[in-house]
Amino acid sequence: MITLVHLYPREMNIYGDTGNVIVLRRRCEWRGIDVRVVPINVGEPLPHDADIVLGGGGQDAAQGDIGADFVSRAATLRAMADDGVVFLTICGTYQMLGHEFLTQDGVHIAGTSVLDVTTQGTPTRLIGNNHIDTAEFGRLVGYENHSGMTTLGPGVRPLGTTVTGRGNNGKDRTEGAVRDNVFGTYLHGPVLAKSPRFADELLRRALVRQGADAGLAPLDDSLPEQAALVAVGRPR
Amino acid sequence: MNLLAVWLGKLVLGCLRLIGRRGNALPGLVVEKVFPRYLPRAMARLTHGVVVVTGTNGKTTTTKMVATILAERYRVLTNDTGSNFVRGAITTAVEHSRWNGRLPYDVAVFELDEAWAVRFTEVVPPQRLLLLNVMRDQLDRFGEIDATARLLAKVAAVTTDAVVLNRDDPRVAAIAGETRAAVSYFGVAPELRAQFPNDEELYGGPLYVSYLPAAAELRALPSEASPETSLNVGDKDVQVLLRAEGAHNAQNAAGAAALALTFGFFPSEVASGLRRVSPAFGRGQSFDVEGRRLVLQLVKNPAGFRQTLRTLDNADPAAVVVAINDDYADGRDVSWLWDVDFVPTLRGRATRLSTSGTRAADMAVRLRYDDIDVAEVEPDLEKAVRQAVSTVDTGAQVVVFSTYTAMWALHAILLRIGRTTDDRVREEQEIP
Repeated sequence: MITLVHLYPREMNIYGDTGNVIVLRRRCEWRGIDVRVVPINVGEPLPHDADIVLGGGGQDAAQGDIGADFVSRAATLRAMADDGVVFLTICGTYQMLGHEFLTQDGVHIAGTSVLDVTTQGTPTRLIGNNHIDTAEFGRLVGYENHSGMTTLGPGVRPLGTTVTGRGNNGKDRTEGAVRDNVFGTYLHGPVLAKSPRFADELLRRALVRQGADAGLAPLDDSLPEQAALVAVGRPR
Repeated sequence: MNLLAVWLGKLVLGCLRLIGRRGNALPGLVVEKVFPRYLPRAMARLTHGVVVVTGTNGKTTTTKMVATILAERYRVLTNDTGSNFVRGAITTAVEHSRWNGRLPYDVAVFELDEAWAVRFTEVVPPQRLLLLNVMRDQLDRFGEIDATARLLAKVAAVTTDAVVLNRDDPRVAAIAGETRAAVSYFGVAPELRAQFPNDEELYGGPLYVSYLPAAAELRALPSEASPETSLNVGDKDVQVLLRAEGAHNAQNAAGAAALALTFGFFPSEVASGLRRVSPAFGRGQSFDVEGRRLVLQLVKNPAGFRQTLRTLDNADPAAVVVAINDDYADGRDVSWLWDVDFVPTLRGRATRLSTSGTRAADMAVRLRYDDIDVAEVEPDLEKAVRQAVSTVDTGAQVVVFSTYTAMWALHAILLRIGRTTDDRVREEQEIP
């Protein structure tokens, strides 16, 4: 049984990020792996048996609505991360896993310090098709749309590097951040739709952590691979 | 000066026609540059002023509804070509002006998108405004929907006489406090509310039921037993057979009706106007291709796609094609396809399903993850349509859901390989 925790589905659901939940759920179901999705809204407790935690991007106002609730869970989230729980966090949720978000007006908004990253709000928005190369999961394909610039600290490594996109901050070619089984990225799309290898890697890590047999039966991924190839060839 | 502006605009239009183009933006652009005050002057001469229709979804069809109802009494100028920008409005005005510079109309009804509505109304403060809804749409272009709602509030602030709001969309209803014009509402009956989710409700938010009084209210949707839409208009029940299909069009009819009431129209006039509204460009237009009936449906954003999918509730097409392009006008970001739940309408249907357009493969991936079988992925639009037509029986129906640029391309293809079965398009076809 895989338990997928979906953080703040009402507020953090922009740019189709809910699709990541759909992708992981189906890839379990198609293989006969029991799976349940637990939506977590403001004030609701996180399940103790979470295997994978998913969170998406949100509008600025929505991020304000959930901010305090998210930060109040910081210790729990850090403990889960230390314990090997798999996290895939996109855009706004990725930012909130960092130490802080410094707004354009100089206001410091505390994060949860799950990831050693900090984000600075800017007036520029980085928007467009993006794909990144990763060492472990090949090419990840998605779409970026953010005005927060994220800088990585020594406690994380980049998820990948981008050639055509802008990535974490538009400067150092890095995109996303990783520590243990915690992944943060600006790739919408949703990222797992056209990056099936990455999707299976998340499932594999969750199963390994359970001590289960993590040999995942192969699926026919010719369609997502075709879609990825098309997306990579499209204008930004 | 209006005379010169009209002549200039007509000259540009004439030149475009000579080279075989049907220009919407260019004549307006030229006139705007040379005579920036042309549009406000021309509009100020209309006895009943300007009506602006805006919101994320349903603008084109609702604009047509308003214009058709108002035509019961007035000579109506409207931009029904889907060109919803300031320049499109100028082109429309120039094109319909007499050579003496006079605009022989009583009222203008303009469809404007949210961003352009602000720019337009800075130049031409409208007498009346109809605000339909605020939904997420091409966020890579428009930014956040809260920002979109703020744009609509600006438009309401400069409207002088009457503002008609959708009481069921909290972002729209909240705009009541932002205008000095008289505010009235349209809505759907509380028991129908769950069928018309607003943006929050689409993502699991609680159902929001408003008890604001509605000048016009949708009471019942058409069903197989009774094909008519029931509306309450100014405290009178009317039944209308709408040719523009789908629940969202029934909701929009209530909006158009409420707007007409601000002119003092009688419910009977509203009903007879609504009965005459034919589908707008690409919104349920039908074509005959080799003896099969092909219906073209525009999809632009998650809420609109969900609503348009529901036109399949009472239909049984033999084939469905979903054509997704990602050009600038469609939105480069196709992630919105994941905000549409295809399971209720498409899973388990015997319909042959195929995907097309530049993002045909993306669309197929989306459907596959909803456990819906896709028979074919064919990026080429013409091939996809021909293939769908050839696999179904003569007399069968094929429904094509299509994004904006794919729709224009399909429209041209369908006129070439088939013929339209809609009167209005036939007229357009004759223009070179």
